[in-house]
Amino acid sequence: MTARQVDNELRKPSFEKNPYERRALQSYVLSTLTVGMAILACFPLFSVILMLLYRGGQRLALTVFYSLPPTAFEDGGGFGNAILGTLFMVGLAGLISIPFGILAAIFLAELGPHRKLSQAARFCAKTLTGLPSILAGVFAYASVVLVMGHYSAWAGGIALSLLMIPIVMLTAEEAIKMVPRGMKEAAYGMGCTPAQAMMKVSLPVAMPGIITGVFLAVARAAGETAPLLFTALFSDYWLEVNQPTASLAVLIYNYSGSPFANLIELAWSASLVLVLLVLVLNIASRLIGQRNK
Amino acid sequence: MGSPKETPRKWGDSFATPPSFGDVVFDRVFRGVAYAFTVLTILVLAYIVFEIGGKALPAVKEYGMQLLSSSDWNVNRKVYGILPEIWGTLYSSLFALAVGGVFGVAIAIFLTQDFLPHKVEIVLKNIIEMLAAIPSVVYGLWGIFVLIPIIRPLADFLHEYLGWIPFFGTKLNGPGLFPASLVLSIMILPTVAAVSQDAFRAIPLKTKEAVYGMGTTRWEAILRVMLPTASGGIFGALVLGFGRALGETMALAMLVGNSNQISLSLFSPANTLAALLALNFPEAGPMEVQVLMFAAIVLLVITLVVNVIGQLIINFTRPGGAR
Amino acid sequence: MDTVANTAEAYAPAACRDNDVILDCRVDNIYYGDFLAVRDSRVPICRNEITGFIGPSGCGKSTVLRSINRMNDLIRSFRFEGSVHYHGIDMYGPKVDPVVVRRHIGMVFQQPNPFALSIFENVAFGLRLNRFKGNMMEKVEKALRGAALWDEVKDILKRSGLSLSGGQQQRLCIARAIATEPSVLLMDEPCSALDPIATRQIEELMVRLKEKYTLVIVTHNMQQALRVADQTAFFSVDISQGGRTGHLVEMGPTRRLFDDPQETLTREYLQGEFS
Repeated sequence: MTARQVDNELRKPSFEKNPYERRALQSYVLSTLTVGMAILACFPLFSVILMLLYRGGQRLALTVFYSLPPTAFEDGGGFGNAILGTLFMVGLAGLISIPFGILAAIFLAELGPHRKLSQAARFCAKTLTGLPSILAGVFAYASVVLVMGHYSAWAGGIALSLLMIPIVMLTAEEAIKMVPRGMKEAAYGMGCTPAQAMMKVSLPVAMPGIITGVFLAVARAAGETAPLLFTALFSDYWLEVNQPTASLAVLIYNYSGSPFANLIELAWSASLVLVLLVLVLNIASRLIGQRNK
Repeated sequence: MGSPKETPRKWGDSFATPPSFGDVVFDRVFRGVAYAFTVLTILVLAYIVFEIGGKALPAVKEYGMQLLSSSDWNVNRKVYGILPEIWGTLYSSLFALAVGGVFGVAIAIFLTQDFLPHKVEIVLKNIIEMLAAIPSVVYGLWGIFVLIPIIRPLADFLHEYLGWIPFFGTKLNGPGLFPASLVLSIMILPTVAAVSQDAFRAIPLKTKEAVYGMGTTRWEAILRVMLPTASGGIFGALVLGFGRALGETMALAMLVGNSNQISLSLFSPANTLAALLALNFPEAGPMEVQVLMFAAIVLLVITLVVNVIGQLIINFTRPGGAR
Repeated sequence: MDTVANTAEAYAPAACRDNDVILDCRVDNIYYGDFLAVRDSRVPICRNEITGFIGPSGCGKSTVLRSINRMNDLIRSFRFEGSVHYHGIDMYGPKVDPVVVRRHIGMVFQQPNPFALSIFENVAFGLRLNRFKGNMMEKVEKALRGAALWDEVKDILKRSGLSLSGGQQQRLCIARAIATEPSVLLMDEPCSALDPIATRQIEELMVRLKEKYTLVIVTHNMQQALRVADQTAFFSVDISQGGRTGHLVEMGPTRRLFDDPQETLTREYLQGEFS
């Protein structure tokens, strides 16, 4: 072999993967790290769910759904009043926020999307999404509890509605915007008034997306504790809308710090019920949203 | 119809009628109400600021800026200061941002840069989003009974061997800044991951093709081009996550230890603005309520500013610019 | 009514007699914000004929068409200067409600756009909207027959309108538009989203529809205008002042316009020198 041939042989590039090269090592390390982090991130969800099933499932029986909370030294008892309270307050919040959110969304998406007012309202809604939930409670305390003079389910519902409004509004706006332009044009071309075009054509098409948003908002409100702490407070008795009212979330909070095993077990059971409710709503909203994509 | 020859149509043959009186009224009312609710959205936010601010005013008049700088809170002596709470809020949120941010961005990369088959990607994405669905009070419960026992040996170890570092300067006795911040990171992780994913997905395919066409490995492409291209959106994601952490209440109220002190140690109990409100509001007297209102307005201002900044960053870095 | 006569005289020299002008569209200026989109175009539309609008893209032919039934009012920056006389009434008159205009002048769009309703409800939509009290089924059948769709859908009237093929969807949209029996039907490139066979069906349908209705179609396809239109209006773009302002160059009976264009611009366009 001549020197020239040897030289040529040495310069020939290799197209094979070299696992010990720096860039290969870097890739390997980083990929492993990312996979590890992803697995670690899933850990809390599974841990929470396992613990709920394990500790919450033990105490879960039909009686907890229709019994009142026990006193400290009592055995048994349940959180029927808290379930009722949560349903009432979330329902009230829904009654306020769903029409509010959808009608405002109709304006944002359809009636005046580019107006200064819409831009301002959209900005405020996005800001409201970031409002700490405890401040919704503080606001309801100042504007409802102080005015009425006592804690009540009304105050709790109003506090929750503040958190639901921006969620309903922004998701409904997106859903209405997704309605094909051609369909809206056809409606106007037939001579629909704006309200008719909305009610007969756009809203039915956007409905799955709107329902997704409503479900998400309901799920969020059902799980919220902070806004209820000093608006609805808590109660050991059945629902009376003008009195302090129990809710699942506040029950969990109150009992979690209790020294009594029975109450702690009840907190776990209530958590299981609450998480099931919230997850079902979440998954349902996802399914509705996906089916219509 | 069947016959090919139709009589030509004349004016007025059409079924067209003008909208009925009812239709017109309905249209007016419908649009009016939609307009009113849009205006109301703005008013609600303004009213929240006004109401809380108004109720806080007497406390500001009484105590002035001492509220911000004092670290005493004694109802009997009527001295109030929220400096430790501001410190605790920022400290816990920054810690959560560091942990949750790194995890969130890593997961966003993992989910968008073709590491996984599409189906697995969707499953993992849903699991991460479900993390956000768990109510924070349940995380609090989980933190008390699961997380604290798990991390206690780790905390003891760190304190024993690395106690000279201020972060590990005290022993973890149950609740404290560390478990609270860890739960906080779990709670902001889905936000950061979701918004960062949007940022990565917004990178045009041609950019990706150009990078890989240069012969880079996947991680070279990610670190040198994808991350910088998505950096605006990721930064926005981090700011939004930070905003969420600042305002989070229940997990902190249950895990932070509710202690009015300023300490660098992660293992010492602390307090945050939101937890202060949650713990003290129900039993507060009139004067204390005003001070709490002041704490609320401080929290409101901090979160509003952070959220607005995050929103603006996301809007301006989105392809196509601000909406 | 005398204004109608004037324009007809000037711009529609042949076939269409003055009293046959059902719709006289006079555009002075159409703006989108500050942008002048169309200027000085007068288009008389004759009863029971098909009038075709042709021209290069961006020449404003769709804009003029959509101005006739005031669809453009939906665009906030839109401003119309001129008049559209329909049976002697100015559709841009101060007391005229655009909603009512659209109920009298039907429209078929470029993309087939049936509602997410059943086939039957799609056709009945306009009737219900106008509170038609009578035999709904009969009117729906009549409209579907009129749109040459009846035989294909008579057994599946409950199925969604979106389940039909593109050509069927477009005929459904035509049926929807003619169900209320408007006298004028505007069609904005109705075949551009369709395959050649569906296009042919729609073209045959148009020729049949003109016995009963007056049709105005926008088309980007010169051959289509030649095949179906009785009158053709040629629009072009004027880029001399830096903008892209469309205007009417020439209008006349289709054959005459194609065989013997009066304007150089028309001849160049028809010979394919620009598009």
